Amino acid sequence: MIIISNIHKSFGPKQVLKGVNLKIYDGESLVILGPSGCGKSVLLKHIIGLMKPDMGQVLIDGEDVTTFDQQKLDALRMRMGMLFQSAALFDSLNVEENVAFGLRRHTNLSNRAVHHIVSEKLEMVGLPGTNYLMPSELSGGMRKRVGLARAIAMEPEIILYDEPTTGLDPIMTSAIDELHLSLKERLGVTSIVVTHDLKSAYRVCDRIALHYGGQIVEIGTREEIINSPNPVVQQFIRGEAHGPMSLV
Amino acid sequence: MFLVNYIKGLVEALGSMTILFMQTIYWTINALKGGRFSPKNLFDQMSRIGVDSLSMVAITGFSTGAVLVVQIGYQFAQMGAQRYVGGVVSLAMARELAPILTSIVVAGRVGSAIAAEIGTMKITEQIDALETMATNPVDYLVVPRFWACTIMLFMLTIFTNVIGMIGGSLVAIHQIGLTLVAFKDSILHMLLIQDLMGGLFKATVFGAIIATIGCYKGFTTEGGAEGVGKSTTSAVVVSIMMILAVNYFLTVGINNFNTAYLQ
Repeated sequence: MIIISNIHKSFGPKQVLKGVNLKIYDGESLVILGPSGCGKSVLLKHIIGLMKPDMGQVLIDGEDVTTFDQQKLDALRMRMGMLFQSAALFDSLNVEENVAFGLRRHTNLSNRAVHHIVSEKLEMVGLPGTNYLMPSELSGGMRKRVGLARAIAMEPEIILYDEPTTGLDPIMTSAIDELHLSLKERLGVTSIVVTHDLKSAYRVCDRIALHYGGQIVEIGTREEIINSPNPVVQQFIRGEAHGPMSLV
Repeated sequence: MFLVNYIKGLVEALGSMTILFMQTIYWTINALKGGRFSPKNLFDQMSRIGVDSLSMVAITGFSTGAVLVVQIGYQFAQMGAQRYVGGVVSLAMARELAPILTSIVVAGRVGSAIAAEIGTMKITEQIDALETMATNPVDYLVVPRFWACTIMLFMLTIFTNVIGMIGGSLVAIHQIGLTLVAFKDSILHMLLIQDLMGGLFKATVFGAIIATIGCYKGFTTEGGAEGVGKSTTSAVVVSIMMILAVNYFLTVGINNFNTAYLQ
């Protein structure tokens, strides 16, 4: 279980997280919704230890990630995978080298075994036979799917998705969501998805949390969120320009 | 106030570069101990940094050697001191011109490329991706570039010396009227091994400076394409300034060492 407890984070005078509290259960798919620039990605980066909070704790299986040394952090990261907003594929490596990156760095598997795993993961994300293409030869959707193949290559227990469908067409968005659900079913992973795409959120969530003003303002199942009396939640899900939620 | 902030920023940057240098040494030792040192990565970088710079360095060395002989040759001929031309040119090349000019060319070509590559990785979250895959960016990105740059600066400076002497000898024979034997004898008479080694030592230090500054500027890139552009320019400017500043202290140190131990 992941427990985020009273996380605060500022960048200069700008306070981005103002006491975030959140629980994510094992095997659950939690979607964090919120307007652009509200600090959702920052929150995700705290979970994987890419950022340290000014105050608060991130507990994973009872251990506080914010106090981890590099060795413990690396051990934790081996259990996690992250899909970045921009896919963050390594430009100088081809698809196979990108997906195999963690396997080559952290396992003693033979080249043949690594190639087999890479091909299997690429098949899972619907990109068989793309092993030797360079990232520059891929479309946006393909890059995201290769990024996902890389995130699941080490068979992680927890996958963090940072805006997995932003910039994708509706068909590709749907394909990514289906992939997400099938991964959850097949690998039983815990997923935390940061997005502002409501349709996608409804498709993949077990629970939804709305992040606004540096805090989680509402959390619940899809139905609970849709029926929430909170005006901030209603403004967000209706996509209204005017209301208690100000434009950033 | 502006001056205080400027000095504060400068001290912070120098401190951060020193920390990056120390981390590079730490991760090199760590990789060697753990058997993780990747010769493939190192050779790839050596090829990109060294082999791809050969043509530029060759033109620089040839031109410098040739121009030096033109400038010195006629003056010495008027004084009847032609026999010193080869020696003086080789000394100037070996001690100062080859290491400095090679380093400046490499700083312009390689320092900027390192800053641009790492800077682009930074703004496109590739550095974060490395960390999420339990890979230290200094270990993966800086260590091979640092050693490749350091080793190749040493090699390229030898190359510049040789090409410079070839350029110089051609001008000496065809314009000043010296023979190849006289030019060569002059070099052998005046140029000592410590002159060559001193220059090569300087080049090695300059290689470390170029790689460290290039990587530092890459890691501190912020913003988008504009940020990468700024880092790239800054990497070249700061590298060249550092090379020129450090050159003075190295020259004094090498001279003192030669005086104390080799004479």
